[in-house]
Amino acid sequence: MSRLTRLRRLAASALLTAAVTAHAQPAPQELVIGLSTPVTSLDPHFHNLGPNNAMAKHVFETLVKMDEAQRLQPGLAESWKAVDPTTWEIKLRKGVKWHDGTDFTAEDVVATLNRIPKVPNSPASFVTYTKPIVSATAVDALTLRLKTERPHPLVPNDLVSVHVVPKKIAETAKTEDFNSGKAMIGTGPYKFAEYVAGDRVVLVPNPAYWGRKPDFGNVRFKMIPNGAARVAALLAGDVALIADVPTADNAKLAKDPRVTVVGAVSNRVIYLHMDSDRDKSPFITDKAGKPLDKNPLKDVRVRKAISKAIDRDAIASRIMEGQAQPAGQFLPEIFFGTSKKLPPEKYDPEGAKKLLAEAGYPDGFGVTLHAPNNRYINDEKIAQAVAQYLNRAGIATKLETMPSSVFFSRAGKLEFSFLLAGWGAETGETSSPLRALVTTFDSKAGSGAANRGRFSDAGVDAVVNTAVATIDDPKRGLMLAAASEKAITEKQAIVPVHYEVSTWGMKKGLGYKARADQYTLAQEVTRAK
Amino acid sequence: MPVFILRRLAQTLVVLFATSLIVFVGLYHVGDPVEILVNPTADQAEKERAAAALGLDRPLHQQYLGFLKGAATGSLGNSFVYGRPALEVIFERMPATLELAALAMFIATALGIPLGLYAGLKPDSWGARTIMAASVVGFSLPTFWIGLILILVFAVQLGWLPSTGRGPTTEFLGITSSLWHWEGLKYALLPAINLALFKLALIIRLTRAQVREHSLQDYMKFARAKGLKRSRIVGVHLFKNILIPLVTVIGLELGSVIAFAVVTESIFAWPGMGKLVIDSIFQLDRPVVVAYLMVIVFMFILINLAVDLLYSALDPRVRLDSAH
Repeated sequence: MSRLTRLRRLAASALLTAAVTAHAQPAPQELVIGLSTPVTSLDPHFHNLGPNNAMAKHVFETLVKMDEAQRLQPGLAESWKAVDPTTWEIKLRKGVKWHDGTDFTAEDVVATLNRIPKVPNSPASFVTYTKPIVSATAVDALTLRLKTERPHPLVPNDLVSVHVVPKKIAETAKTEDFNSGKAMIGTGPYKFAEYVAGDRVVLVPNPAYWGRKPDFGNVRFKMIPNGAARVAALLAGDVALIADVPTADNAKLAKDPRVTVVGAVSNRVIYLHMDSDRDKSPFITDKAGKPLDKNPLKDVRVRKAISKAIDRDAIASRIMEGQAQPAGQFLPEIFFGTSKKLPPEKYDPEGAKKLLAEAGYPDGFGVTLHAPNNRYINDEKIAQAVAQYLNRAGIATKLETMPSSVFFSRAGKLEFSFLLAGWGAETGETSSPLRALVTTFDSKAGSGAANRGRFSDAGVDAVVNTAVATIDDPKRGLMLAAASEKAITEKQAIVPVHYEVSTWGMKKGLGYKARADQYTLAQEVTRAK
Repeated sequence: MPVFILRRLAQTLVVLFATSLIVFVGLYHVGDPVEILVNPTADQAEKERAAAALGLDRPLHQQYLGFLKGAATGSLGNSFVYGRPALEVIFERMPATLELAALAMFIATALGIPLGLYAGLKPDSWGARTIMAASVVGFSLPTFWIGLILILVFAVQLGWLPSTGRGPTTEFLGITSSLWHWEGLKYALLPAINLALFKLALIIRLTRAQVREHSLQDYMKFARAKGLKRSRIVGVHLFKNILIPLVTVIGLELGSVIAFAVVTESIFAWPGMGKLVIDSIFQLDRPVVVAYLMVIVFMFILINLAVDLLYSALDPRVRLDSAH
């Protein structure tokens, strides 16, 4: 046999085996989803990041869940209540089984809470959610008691991010055991099948699931970070649903008869933060560019002028192409603890000039606006528009944008005087942005963690601090609304610009309830009957 | 020869050391990874915990010394984001990039050299003019635009090829790749063509220029005068001589295809190293960026070495041992 024929035979047999394996490949009715941000780890307690948490919610479950508008729903817990201000009693669901067939009990939750602070090398720990809990005890197999150091009304909200794993896994598994799939045993509607870092996650149905069975049992997630490529994959039929429709393609896709686009206002507000603390701020100058000894941003009238000078409707409709809602407070009104008295500020350039004159700056002053250029939807363009509106009102505004890796380090070191950023309230209520953005910075107490303008007001602090220690829900809601009004109407601690709208695009015939937390959950994808 | 290779390897160590130092210090000054990695709600205590967990609480020179110590034992540190050895994260993605680069370079050379030969031998023909005009287009259009057009035409309009991702892999001759059968190959075609177009244009133009130059030289005239067959003149005498510069260029281009496939990889969501390193830069995942660049530098040095060795095989006048 000549060498060539032998080679040919080899090639032919290779093709044949290939054809056979290819035949056994895709399962019928597989739902393929295109995600915009890659999952970095499958360990549900390793890297606290939106895409990771969303992925965890397919295989694992939490005691408390959130619906599409971030209202609390029972999950592995059937009910919860504070028996006294620092003790929570949680009744667990009966008859829930792990993917390996064993029973779910309160011991598993206790072991999970113990594992979270001990995950080695965690770049972003889930301790944020478990820190207030000082002890957890399993009273019986289905009753759990949690003790907090101080009254902490957000225990149920925090539990939404605590994915429960079986006791034996919590005690022994390492992060790599989750990534390899060995430790991927949860109670969720899907079982784990395959994970290729940066490429795909494949899930299969859990036939023993206690809750509603998903319409699509087999699911494949593909990571397609490029927006145009994601849209093309949807149009080509390679994926059936995509997250984060790029603003530029939104209008076109909405008109396409093959595609449905859904959207909902998210929990993320885009806002401007002003240095309202230092007398001499690094990027404050007079109109000629000479540094000023006095910081005009400390004057509430100047901050109000900035708010009036911005045309939020124009930014939401033109730059965001409708994928934003003009904002007047920290969270959209549908969320808990928001105020009914804070509509978005009207565009009023004359009013802005008047306020500037009253504050002693009839000719304005100079400032540099700093913004990230790859963190929020159209962040750079929004910052450009804001700078132009401010220039029109007489504040000579320069703009400097940079990648978020640079931006957040510098912002954290207070290198800026005036910045644009965003805040997503993952708890789904107003205390999250209030505490992070406008309470006085205190590294020990953990308040003002993202207060990059170092705004400080004893009145706002007092209301927020009482609210976050009030267990009674309606009472707390009213206090948070009052704190929002004080921070915005009286003090203009931040200037809210808009709330981002999150969007999903899908093949006609599929349905998805757009979620405020921006999670893409396969179990919520429905098939038209 | 052995002296030459040894000297090259010594130089390699110096270059690798310099690369690691520059990237290490450079990334340190870009920003603080902790600010990017921690959840935005994290307070100061959590930031300090994360910094300690990632070894970022120590001064820069200590961090770098720690890195060098690890490097001496073959470990380039753990990725901040993935919590796994950086080299492992990179090598896991490497096969995808290598197979794409190999297919792209195969398309570019298999088409480029014959087309270039034709265009050089019959420079005034209608076919040669068309080839040259097309090569200008291949040169001047931006990769990301061609990529999107390819997707639009072949995936969205015609529906012949998938638009995104890497296909299923199979093992053949001990190598796991998606190129061994049609199910996987069809995923690789569009990105490989996208990646190949620029190189194809380059190889066509270079081959043509070489052919034109050599056709006029004395040894060619002599061969013709001797009455050799045309196929022997082109296939042996001409081909061997134009191959020398082509080998250099193809070698270096292979390196650049592997190192800079970033644009194509992100448009086609190809899970290779390019996409990894872009994500890592944005997340300031320093161990991965440093390890990636060291791997790439090492690869370029190896390719250059291979090119030099091929040179001496192709051109007996080149002596590697002579000091230069």
